[in-house]
Amino acid sequence: MKLKHFLPFLLILVFAFVTGCSDTSTKDAGKQPDATVKSTEKTDLILATTTSTQDSGLLDVLKPDFEEKNNYNLKIIAVGTGQALEMGTRGEADVLLVHAPAAEEEIVKSGDAINRQKVMYNDFILVGPAEDPAKVKGLTVPETLKKITESKASFVSRGDDSGTHKKELELWQKSSLDPKSLGDAYIEAGQGMGATLQIASEKQAYTLTDRATFLAQKKNMPDTEIIVEGDESLLNIYHVMQVNNEKHDKVNAAGSKAFVDYMTSEETKKIIKEFGTDEYGEPLFFLFE
Amino acid sequence: MELLLEGLKKAFEMILTGNQEILEITLLTLRVSITAVLISTLIGIPAGMFLGLARFTGRKLLLAIINIGMGLPPVVAGLWITLFLWRSGPLGDLALLYSPTAIIMAQILVSLPIVTALTSTAFQQINPKLILQVKALGATKFQLYWILMKEVKLAILAAIIAGFGRVIAEVGAAMMVGGNLSGETRILTTSIVMEVSKGNFDIALALSFILMTLAFIITFSLTYLQQRKRSL
Repeated sequence: MKLKHFLPFLLILVFAFVTGCSDTSTKDAGKQPDATVKSTEKTDLILATTTSTQDSGLLDVLKPDFEEKNNYNLKIIAVGTGQALEMGTRGEADVLLVHAPAAEEEIVKSGDAINRQKVMYNDFILVGPAEDPAKVKGLTVPETLKKITESKASFVSRGDDSGTHKKELELWQKSSLDPKSLGDAYIEAGQGMGATLQIASEKQAYTLTDRATFLAQKKNMPDTEIIVEGDESLLNIYHVMQVNNEKHDKVNAAGSKAFVDYMTSEETKKIIKEFGTDEYGEPLFFLFE
Repeated sequence: MELLLEGLKKAFEMILTGNQEILEITLLTLRVSITAVLISTLIGIPAGMFLGLARFTGRKLLLAIINIGMGLPPVVAGLWITLFLWRSGPLGDLALLYSPTAIIMAQILVSLPIVTALTSTAFQQINPKLILQVKALGATKFQLYWILMKEVKLAILAAIIAGFGRVIAEVGAAMMVGGNLSGETRILTTSIVMEVSKGNFDIALALSFILMTLAFIITFSLTYLQQRKRSL
């Protein structure tokens, strides 16, 4: 009997709530062509990038700055480099910020990406348990990998076609080793860098990581240490590039150019150079000077 | 264990200091889930009623499909919606990918089968004699449906609660079609995933407490509504 009273009441309540909330959120998204807020409507700009730029917190700093200087609504999709590049070749993103030079050259060659510019670099490091079961601390990369396979120490691979994963496979190949020879000790995580580091730490395993993510995660894994660093083959270079609007007609050409210009501008370089020094006592990314 | 306390402390801190970002994320979570459940309810109850009462060929097959839909993995729903909303997809011109609307679509896709299937089960359990009796008393079609609906209101509310549970817990699809964009499509579940991958377990825990509290309050209210009339 009383269902009659409460159901409509509930519906009204919920509707009021939903519409009340949607008001504020559309304003937040900046899509409302409201003359009092902004004279021109913001257009969306989709940036496909790697998890490391997001997990390190760099993009949290760059996004508001970019949006302040340019009239775009930057949508950051943080995925593995493999997926980011795929989004580029399908024209699903406008601009890419990735770190897999060999794969990048391919999509520039295929004409899907243009205006590829170097932005910054940091380095990959090999981390592992502090007691270092394979006794590899301080060795070169090929020696380290060789000893890891010989001692059958556990190694966690990203296994997700990301930039870091591509790098890891390249290192095995350069050392003429097959990671599969590790058998069960070669663990393919299929997850982001943060999760992979956590797996490595739990399993007392070695893994390849970018320095930025490791520094951000270090507080959670006191027993994991840097084992190998500083080798030239461990350089991690980030490039920014526009998706070619002549090949993919829905790409926001002006916006993607603005983002490439922004990433290579002097002011942005200054932000990148100083990023991380407050929190970690050392910068997370370096510039080409 | 220490981390749990720390997370709880952080959650209170976030709520008490009125953290703007958390507030936005929480409100968006509510808006998206409630809209999705509302739409699922508005479609699912009539659909379930029809499937429960009507008899037509292919009805069993349809019911089976909807029952399978109850187990539809959210990532599968997310993947399909992504394909549809891609710029190169059939709905690409709407530019809905990475918007709250896309999340709502994915959540409807996973909650609609639950609401529909549970509602239809409820209607199937109605004694056919009751229908005859009501008809014999000269009820119009609308009056008949209204009486039947009152008959199964407990089950209908249970269906809504189950649908809501699915939606508020959902993360895979929201991540895929929403993209976890700060200030736009970041909801509680996706930010928990992000904070974990950043290694901020305390913040992730704090967010989880907020999410659980939210789910508790809403489920409690719905349960209260469901149980209130029991005494009659």
